[in-house]
Amino acid sequence: MSSPAPTLTPEQLAAFGQELDEIRARVVAELGQDDVDYINRLIRVQRGLEVTGRGLLFLGFLPPAWIGGTAALSLSKILDNMEIGHNVMHGQYDWTGDERLNGKTFEWDTACPADQWRHSHNYMHHTHTNIVGKDRDIGYGILRMSEDEPWHPYFLGNPLYAALLATLFQYGVAMHDVEAEQIAAGGSALDDEKRGKLQAVWRKVRGQTLKDYVLFPLLSGPSFPFVLAGNATANLTRNLWAFTIIFCGHFPDGTQQFTEEETENETRGEWYYRQLLGSANLTGGELFHILAGNLSFQIEHHLFPDLPARRYAEIAEEVREITERYGIPYNTGPLHKQFGSVVRKIVKLALPPLPGLRGSEPVLDESAARRTRKPAAGKTGTRKPPTPQTRARKPPAAKTGGRMRPASNAAARKPVAAA
Amino acid sequence: MVNRALRSSEIRPRVLGRRLLRSSLAEALAYPHGVDRYVELVRPLLARDVRAEVTAVRHQTPKSVTLTLRANEHWRGLRAGQFVGVSVEVDGVRLSRPYSPAGSEHARNGELELTVSTHPEGRVSRHLRDHARPGMILGLTQAQGDFVLPEEPPDRVLLISGGSGITPVMAMLRTLCEKGFDGEIGFLNYARSRELALYEPELAALARRHDGLRVARGFTRARRSRLSGRFAREHLPAAISRHAGAGTFVCGPPALVDAVRAVWAEDGLSEPVVETFTPPALRFDRAGAEGRVSFSASGREVVNSGLPLLEQAEDAGLAPDHGCRMGICNTCSCHKSAGIVRNVISGATSSAGAEDIRICVSVPVGDVVLDL
Repeated sequence: MSSPAPTLTPEQLAAFGQELDEIRARVVAELGQDDVDYINRLIRVQRGLEVTGRGLLFLGFLPPAWIGGTAALSLSKILDNMEIGHNVMHGQYDWTGDERLNGKTFEWDTACPADQWRHSHNYMHHTHTNIVGKDRDIGYGILRMSEDEPWHPYFLGNPLYAALLATLFQYGVAMHDVEAEQIAAGGSALDDEKRGKLQAVWRKVRGQTLKDYVLFPLLSGPSFPFVLAGNATANLTRNLWAFTIIFCGHFPDGTQQFTEEETENETRGEWYYRQLLGSANLTGGELFHILAGNLSFQIEHHLFPDLPARRYAEIAEEVREITERYGIPYNTGPLHKQFGSVVRKIVKLALPPLPGLRGSEPVLDESAARRTRKPAAGKTGTRKPPTPQTRARKPPAAKTGGRMRPASNAAARKPVAAA
Repeated sequence: MVNRALRSSEIRPRVLGRRLLRSSLAEALAYPHGVDRYVELVRPLLARDVRAEVTAVRHQTPKSVTLTLRANEHWRGLRAGQFVGVSVEVDGVRLSRPYSPAGSEHARNGELELTVSTHPEGRVSRHLRDHARPGMILGLTQAQGDFVLPEEPPDRVLLISGGSGITPVMAMLRTLCEKGFDGEIGFLNYARSRELALYEPELAALARRHDGLRVARGFTRARRSRLSGRFAREHLPAAISRHAGAGTFVCGPPALVDAVRAVWAEDGLSEPVVETFTPPALRFDRAGAEGRVSFSASGREVVNSGLPLLEQAEDAGLAPDHGCRMGICNTCSCHKSAGIVRNVISGATSSAGAEDIRICVSVPVGDVVLDL
């Protein structure tokens, strides 16, 4: 558990924001042929793995071919979703002017329609990172991942739901923007917008299912069961891997969560500060970072979501140096340690809070105020509330599309079982 | 396909392969990326957008490069004088510029000839001059533009050009010659010097073969030139018997176009058909700018700086599609839902209603709402 975050003065926050802006400006000015060559090479590798994997699975009755084919296809889906899809869809390569690398039109090899991902992830999650009640990535609406969320007997199933979510992760992500759990709980109506989104999810799921579970198995003739099993395994492998990496982004020990009240009228410096406190990195080798889509540099990704992810490694050194100077905790560790703490949190939060044990995490204690839906008057948080002169009202990172007023759906949020 | 016998051409493996690639089965197997995103990694020209492969490269002058291109099957051809958007990757960024092909419109097999003149600041032109090699793949748009010969050419045609503006009129000349035009053609061209003059041997050969063609070249920086200095009325007789009544096409820098227009106006003749690729000096009234610009899709709003809307959008952190940045290629076309804009080239003001505008050459006059 890291030390609690320091209180920075408005001037310090402004200077901190300025330093990060300078990193960003420098990297943007450097972008060039190397970055495009990198992503194009990766796309080539991914397509090659996919074709090889599907080809080998046609010979899936031979065990080595099945294993090799399934491994190649799993890698293809992981690269497609993480280092390519996720990053391209952030607009990281929009500056290239290449329509195939355009963040607004790219589609990826998973059940979630890219358009809905761009809304639920690029906008909702990246703008409102770790704000309990607004960032729906906290528990995906089905898990209790924050002590600020009131306990309910439903959450006794937390570990089970987490295991199910990990197994079916692509469908969990696909239903994310529809807010299906709220519809199921009666907390939100199935209006035309949601119905449209559901139809888009259905079209995408149909296309993916047709390809992986009907057409390729049928085309392989006698290898039908082997291709089917190989494709299902590849999808499962990708699901588990993506879940593992993504849950290590914001839930390991030491990551902080925030309330709507304390993030109102945030300055750019404060926004950066929240991204830093709310994110955690993973250590590992170059191949690990590529397979993790560089989400192992979750901190840098949240500071600069639209910079090409291959740059995060070099940026991380500078970010780390800056955080040390300001005394801001920089949360990083190997996968087993970070994921281990996430698993512990999933299990711990399945149980009701024990009296006297609250505050074991550096989560700002706002839960009482939130439960009664009253504005938090006297805050006890470690951060200073923004003072008027820091309210520059600058929008956050360029791609997230400006600040949002407190969302109306936040008040309607409740655990599924409460219905 | 089931009920009729396959024609022999359809069972050729190449044709069959293409049909398979275009089938809905292939598309379903390649979902969601699409067949093209796989095929192009192996055979770039098989993709479904217009592309061309460079088949030959030659340098007529030190400041130009002439490329022979073979366009893929999606190229629909052009009319002589039109331009195409050519895109190429320069330092990782896909840049696109309009170029007027110089070949005849009757060229077969999707063949195109581009002569690209370099500019000191021209990233695309210098990249093509220095790096174009046979086998290089370029992105193309379909041909665009109204600078074309009429379907029925007039009895006498006068083609006036300066600098790189020679290319569209070269296409017109070659097209006329190729289809056996038997009227009079005057070809008046200006270059800085003989060393920088394009298409010298080609023009001489055409003039030998076609009795009605007279080629006159002026070298604006040469001391001893038959036609000295820039375009003047006195140069016309070297190219054509009588300029009045000749179908006149002018392409070149704004000064040349203006000079020809002035002579035609003095003589009370109807406007020649003109095109200029060099951006005219754009005049912005930055001090007098007022109002606000709202980008409705992104929810951003800025104070009107008086610059073209494309630049204001970029300054606001948006990255709208764009190409030429001079009002030609239409890539930046964007829906304006409210407000008045002024075209910085023509000076014309728009209506206040909803319409598509080219944001690279439109400055707001007061409040404007763009769907960006």
